[in-house]
Amino acid sequence: MHMPLEDTLGLNLLAANQHQAEHNRAHFDAWSLLCLNVMSSPGAGKTSLLEHTITALASDLEMAVLEGDMTTQLDAQRLEAVGVPVIPITTGRACHLDAAMVSGGLSLLQQRLDPASLDVLWVENVGNLVCPAEFEVGEHRKVALLSVTEGDDKPLKYPVMFREADCVLITKTDLLPYLPVDLQRFEAHIREVNPRCTVLPVSATSGDGLEAWYRWVLSSCAALRADPSPCVLVPA
Amino acid sequence: MHEVDMTKCLLLSMNEWRTRHEPAVPTVDTVHLQVGAFTCVEPDQLVFTWQAAVRGSWLDGARLKIEPVPLVGRCVVCSSTYAPSAEQGYRSPCCEHPMEEIESGRELRIRSVDYTLTSTPLTVASAS
Repeated sequence: MHMPLEDTLGLNLLAANQHQAEHNRAHFDAWSLLCLNVMSSPGAGKTSLLEHTITALASDLEMAVLEGDMTTQLDAQRLEAVGVPVIPITTGRACHLDAAMVSGGLSLLQQRLDPASLDVLWVENVGNLVCPAEFEVGEHRKVALLSVTEGDDKPLKYPVMFREADCVLITKTDLLPYLPVDLQRFEAHIREVNPRCTVLPVSATSGDGLEAWYRWVLSSCAALRADPSPCVLVPA
Repeated sequence: MHEVDMTKCLLLSMNEWRTRHEPAVPTVDTVHLQVGAFTCVEPDQLVFTWQAAVRGSWLDGARLKIEPVPLVGRCVVCSSTYAPSAEQGYRSPCCEHPMEEIESGRELRIRSVDYTLTSTPLTVASAS
């Protein structure tokens, strides 16, 4: 005769991923390395934004990229061409990066260089507005992109992604004259789900707004250096 | 289908929980989850992938029961709670304020496990 028992766990469903993310984060903190997780739907302009940002900030910051892609290494090749170390992470059928994949990418990166010599590690996530929002990888900040061609309703339809972001970039603003959309409505809808994030309209093509974005990256770096989180390394 | 990855994470947590009872082996009847409305998880898909994932493992036959948790916002102007909706731009109906505070709806929580203890040696579910 067995007594029915009940254990109360109160544990996050993603606890296993969360533990690995915290482990990654402890490494980033120990290296004073700002990790930025860049997310958007496919084709919103993540790779173009990184090409411009890495080129523009090359004299100020040492950077590397972990490049998540489902099947190809096309984005990794584009970013290597602008002169930074890129570790491609091919996710196969997985539609997002998780903390274990980023940990694997970090190990490969460490074979090429000392991460403590870097200022910024860009994690370019798989193009997807749903899954990456729930899987932390150990990043300090989340950056979400929304291109003007996607429509201003997307923050309302995919609210978790835009709620979680620290900075939302409204991209491809050079196309605004050709579209029946209103930039203010994009910003208003982002603010409705996330009143506290930084919202920056940018165009990689015309260069409009990029200076403000570069300042956000530099100030995020400065904030990390001024207040390095206490580093407690836990066994993986 | 990131519910597959969610299920893998859930299995890892369950394997870890199982080791707490060693050398006894728990036979799990039901795992109770709380899934908030303001998450990227579809409860039906989670149950479907769970059933496939536990087949042949020590959790074979264990049920996954999901308690949906509605999205509740708290208006930071007047402190009243409300049910935010996309149609209303998630604003509070009382003060027309954006959704700053979320009271509930972000839950992805393993709340509890119903089980009995047996001593039969069983295999551990693979999370890979």
